[in-house]
Amino acid sequence: MPSNKSVSDAAITQFINCRILRDHRLQRDDLWVREGKVLDPEKLFFDEKGYADKRVDCEGSIIAPGFIDVQINGGYGIDFSQASDDVSTGVSFVAKKILQHGVTSFCPTLVTSPPAVYHKVLPQIKVSDGGEHGAGVLGFHLEGPFISVEKKGAHPEQFLRTFQSGGIEDLMETYGGLDNIAMVTLAPELGGSQSVVKELCQRGITVSLGHSVANLSQAEEAVHHGASFITHLFNAMLPFHHRDPGIVGLLTSDQIPAGRTVYYGMIADGIHTNPAALRIAHRAHPSGLVLVTDAITAMGLPPGRHTLGQQVIEIQGLHAYVAGTKTLCGSIATMDMCVRHFKHASGCSVEEALEAASLHPAKLLGVSHRKGTLDYGSDADLVLLDDALNVEATFISGEEVWRKGP
Amino acid sequence: MRLVILEDYDLASEWAAKYIRNRIIQFKPSAERYFTLGLPTGSTPYGCYQKLIEFYRSGDISFKYVKTFNMDEYVGLPRAHPESYHSYMWNNFFKHIDIDPANAHILDGNAEDLETECQAYEQKIAEAGGIELFVGGIGPDGHIAFNEPGSSLVSRTRVKTLAKDTIVANARFFGNDLNKVPTMALTVGVGTVMDAKEVMILITGAHKAFALYKAIEEGVNHMWTVSAFQQHPRTIFVCDEDATLELRVKTVKYFKGLLHVHNRLVDPVLSIKDQ
Repeated sequence: MPSNKSVSDAAITQFINCRILRDHRLQRDDLWVREGKVLDPEKLFFDEKGYADKRVDCEGSIIAPGFIDVQINGGYGIDFSQASDDVSTGVSFVAKKILQHGVTSFCPTLVTSPPAVYHKVLPQIKVSDGGEHGAGVLGFHLEGPFISVEKKGAHPEQFLRTFQSGGIEDLMETYGGLDNIAMVTLAPELGGSQSVVKELCQRGITVSLGHSVANLSQAEEAVHHGASFITHLFNAMLPFHHRDPGIVGLLTSDQIPAGRTVYYGMIADGIHTNPAALRIAHRAHPSGLVLVTDAITAMGLPPGRHTLGQQVIEIQGLHAYVAGTKTLCGSIATMDMCVRHFKHASGCSVEEALEAASLHPAKLLGVSHRKGTLDYGSDADLVLLDDALNVEATFISGEEVWRKGP
Repeated sequence: MRLVILEDYDLASEWAAKYIRNRIIQFKPSAERYFTLGLPTGSTPYGCYQKLIEFYRSGDISFKYVKTFNMDEYVGLPRAHPESYHSYMWNNFFKHIDIDPANAHILDGNAEDLETECQAYEQKIAEAGGIELFVGGIGPDGHIAFNEPGSSLVSRTRVKTLAKDTIVANARFFGNDLNKVPTMALTVGVGTVMDAKEVMILITGAHKAFALYKAIEEGVNHMWTVSAFQQHPRTIFVCDEDATLELRVKTVKYFKGLLHVHNRLVDPVLSIKDQ
């Protein structure tokens, strides 16, 4: 049949024999892609009298939006917090590797570091689209240094900071600038932090609460000023207490401004959070759950000692500890492992598990109009999965960028 | 008239689909000679479409050289609205088969000039060489397409205001809110369908029984526009038992007695694999 498409001559790909995640349900339907975006086939049919140039047979697989990891510190020997002259090579290396986990967009995360590190690393990485070269960079996630001493976790104490000169100036001085930053984690009980929360949100940067001993009121105040995320819920914060639930209480707080959602990161690796706790959080506030890996340098590497930020860590099986202690310092689970574990531990539906790794992080970062869904017009970042949610293939902008070997 | 009575909705849908399949394959359509098919929407033909899709998926039929002309479309309803007839045809038929989009014609209820749109549609049908087989349904008020009671039996494609009965019947697709149902539609005329070489009307369900009675056992009457097909040389009515509930026992017995003859039209069922 001759080509008679009036809007564009670009090739149209039709994914057939698949179940796609759309409108929160897995539906037996084809997925159409043109010029890197999901295409409305009905419009194509009636407006342009167009049809597919290429058909990809998915053999019954599930097609979900590509996973988005908003907290990943490195992997495969790369540590994003290490000040090197060539950070972009490291980021690109990890970006390429995580394609096999179904991740198509991510936020390279930096743990608490001295200003020199931020000044060196931050300018080297820009927000960029993914592709064959690797997953797209949505911007940095800066976890610290404006966090609580009591909840520093694996962060180096000597580089923690408070707001001295009155907020945003401290931030600018520490980080050197706010370009290409997607998210900042801070402790809202720190003096002067509330105005910082407000300013960052006004600049379109997502503010997350974490590594903090804040009580519920302080957390609610931060949310009122725009904070919308909780960094690895339960970890590095006060435990839930029935008379002051602390940050955990945000999940069911009635002080959240109308129309806004507080999201919370969960490291669903089976280690950082007891499955029962995971279920409590999920049942209390299912629509806010965001799966994160919080993966560290050692993710993808064999057991042994490796460097994270300014410290040394040790891998023992699936656990990663600060060397010589029993303090967890990040996980080595991959995003697809987290999706499977979350589904298994919470008993949630396939759709919910997939949305926790795609739709929810996209909404958190305010990019859901083009990422995290298979809606018409969205970027065609896809992950093909089998029924057990193992990754079979990954696509970015409609092009296959990874496929599982035989 | 041929009256084919099947036991239930599924069997009636299957019979109708097999008939369409055989007609297309026997016609041997090609790039020089397309098979033109008139198509309905609604719950009645849904089962028939499902069967046709099945036949396509099994490789027994192709719609590559088939041109389709739908009967009607609402006026003023956005084309992307889930209840538009464009949406119906896309979701229930076109997206599952190999028809060339340029050959799938549906009236545009959002055209700038509705009259011109209707005239152009008649023109397209004429240019396609007329309709080989027009498949239709029947409304509870005996209408064919949106040719409501009182429509001229020689009418052509035009704008029609919907009758109360029709709006009520369609309310279930618009959240049972009568205010949301479109009040006007573009429709092929009774005359337009009469011009087809053959007409096949699908009628299933007890709620259509009275309309069927009026259409085939009473006279030709513009209040029951389907009755016009009594004057067409080649009409088939395919129905289920429930739709015959208002007919005379004599009529039903007569046509049931002819079933073995009518079944030869669908048995053997043909396939393009044999060509």
